[in-house]
Amino acid sequence: MLENLQLLFDYPALGADLIANGLMIGAIFALAAFGMALVWGVLGIINIAQGELVMLGGFVALTAAGLGVPPLMTIPLAALVLFMIGWGLYRLVIFRVVDRDLFVSLLATFGLSIILQQLSNEVFGADVRTLETGLGTLILFDSQIVLAEIKLVSFVTALVVGLALWAFLKRARLGQAIRATSQNARAARILGIDTDRVYAATYALNAALCGAAGSLVVMAWTIHPYIGLPYTVRSFLVVIVAGLGNIAAVIAAGLGLGALENVAGFVLGAEYQIAFVFSLMVIILVVRNLLLRRKREYLK
Amino acid sequence: MTDIQKYALVATSLLFSLVAPFLLPQFATQLTMLWLMVIFALTWDTLGGQMGYNSFGNILFFGIGAYGCAVIQRDMGLDYFSGLAVGLAFAAVLSAIVAIVLGVGMLGLRGHYFAIGTLGLGIAAGEIAGGWDYVGAGSGMVPPLYPTEMAGRELFFYFLMFALALVTFLVLRTLYATKFGLALNAIRDDEDKAEAMGLRTTQIKSLAWAVSALFLGVGGGVAGNLLGFIDPRDVAFAGATFGVWMVLMAILGGKGTLWGPVIGAVVFHITQELFWTYLLGWQRVALGLLIVAIVIFFPNGILGTLRERFPEWFGEKVEERR
Repeated sequence: MLENLQLLFDYPALGADLIANGLMIGAIFALAAFGMALVWGVLGIINIAQGELVMLGGFVALTAAGLGVPPLMTIPLAALVLFMIGWGLYRLVIFRVVDRDLFVSLLATFGLSIILQQLSNEVFGADVRTLETGLGTLILFDSQIVLAEIKLVSFVTALVVGLALWAFLKRARLGQAIRATSQNARAARILGIDTDRVYAATYALNAALCGAAGSLVVMAWTIHPYIGLPYTVRSFLVVIVAGLGNIAAVIAAGLGLGALENVAGFVLGAEYQIAFVFSLMVIILVVRNLLLRRKREYLK
Repeated sequence: MTDIQKYALVATSLLFSLVAPFLLPQFATQLTMLWLMVIFALTWDTLGGQMGYNSFGNILFFGIGAYGCAVIQRDMGLDYFSGLAVGLAFAAVLSAIVAIVLGVGMLGLRGHYFAIGTLGLGIAAGEIAGGWDYVGAGSGMVPPLYPTEMAGRELFFYFLMFALALVTFLVLRTLYATKFGLALNAIRDDEDKAEAMGLRTTQIKSLAWAVSALFLGVGGGVAGNLLGFIDPRDVAFAGATFGVWMVLMAILGGKGTLWGPVIGAVVFHITQELFWTYLLGWQRVALGLLIVAIVIFFPNGILGTLRERFPEWFGEKVEERR
């Protein structure tokens, strides 16, 4: 651990490489976090099954690529398929917990995550899989920074999707309905907005975002049925740092988390990377709460 | 039910618990696990039901107990039984101390944040244990073997776990009947008000978590020895199995009641054993479905539902309306 830290100080370029790669990965976290912030803000549910939706997106991309779809085309495809899955999940389970207390929604989505996890274990198998894109690697600054092109693709995708989402929420009819519902669901209903449909669309949109993130994960990284929970926690982490309803902050926090995690993974050793993410979340929660406590504003 | 019927029921189940391992020797290990499940549900309910703090990471203390006990047994060089005794005592103290230390920061969190924060703690602990060479890293730990010249390994662990479950139940029962129990309920109902009324909520919350951690820690120590192998992610910090089950069992039985978790644990364990035999690979999918179904359609649990249907069984006076 210390020798790794020493190495970082001796070769700053190594640090730059880690951070650059981390930023690219962080873009994927931001993508999943958009969805979590949406669902949290509009439905008032913290979706523990978030990571499982990412995982499903990855498996959809893998299956599609197996059927001959070019790898990059699997991104919109996974988003589309997951949109439908998300709609189905809302109609089956989520709509029952929208107005219930937080414990019910938390546990119900937790149960959902177990179902999705175990189903994909049965259907796709427990192997660690990846999707070969055929893209090369970029070598920058005298080969001091090595970046896989697919990571660049994911970075750009996340930015574009973020921008599109912002425009959608601002301008589109449905986007405005979503914002109205999140501000005051009752008033929105009185004004003629079908809030149930808005909820369904929000959850499905969330699933689509996760699907896109998942297809990027499987191309830039690896995927297996039990990969979900770290992604849920990462999205959660990004959202509590960035707050609800601020897309630029979500991107910034996602990128920051990616960079931090990559550097920490190098310094502490890859086997502690997940432990780092989870501990970081606990620490941030506790510290934030202590800061708010001074003003008697608890995290609620 | 009258009081006499209730006592008769309790006495019969106690008697059955005492003779069960002799009547059904082939199920002795399963019955021991049943008592572990009872401990899980009871200790979860102290925070989750009585105090309204839904912890998703209580498995942390189980794992700490399992590892703490095994490390003492490995390094102290005592013979098996004294090693086990010292190990269990160490497991109890260690878990309780960890609960108090973590409680300072964690128990300030509320609602969603406490639930997800504790979930993070449980998983982080498993990941750390899985990378830490001192406790065997990913390959886990093997506690010392029960001496071969002694017979009755199954019976020994059965009665050890049974005694632990009984002590846990009695301690919690006494605790809930005191002012402390009322304070827990006050925190559940409205924490700010409870604090404003002069309750030292921080101490009370930490103490409650420490009590629950203590019994879980001892349970972990015994379970580690019973199972004979401590895997960091699948036994000690098994969030996806034990960690979920404890929440589920408490809700199934009826959270916030004394007997609910016990009933929930018994019902769940028996059902689960049936799943394990007939569902071949699909048990965990079924487990997920069960969670969703119970939480959505049956959030009051068995006791809560019974209480609604038959309030007179619970000593509530029901007035006949004309």
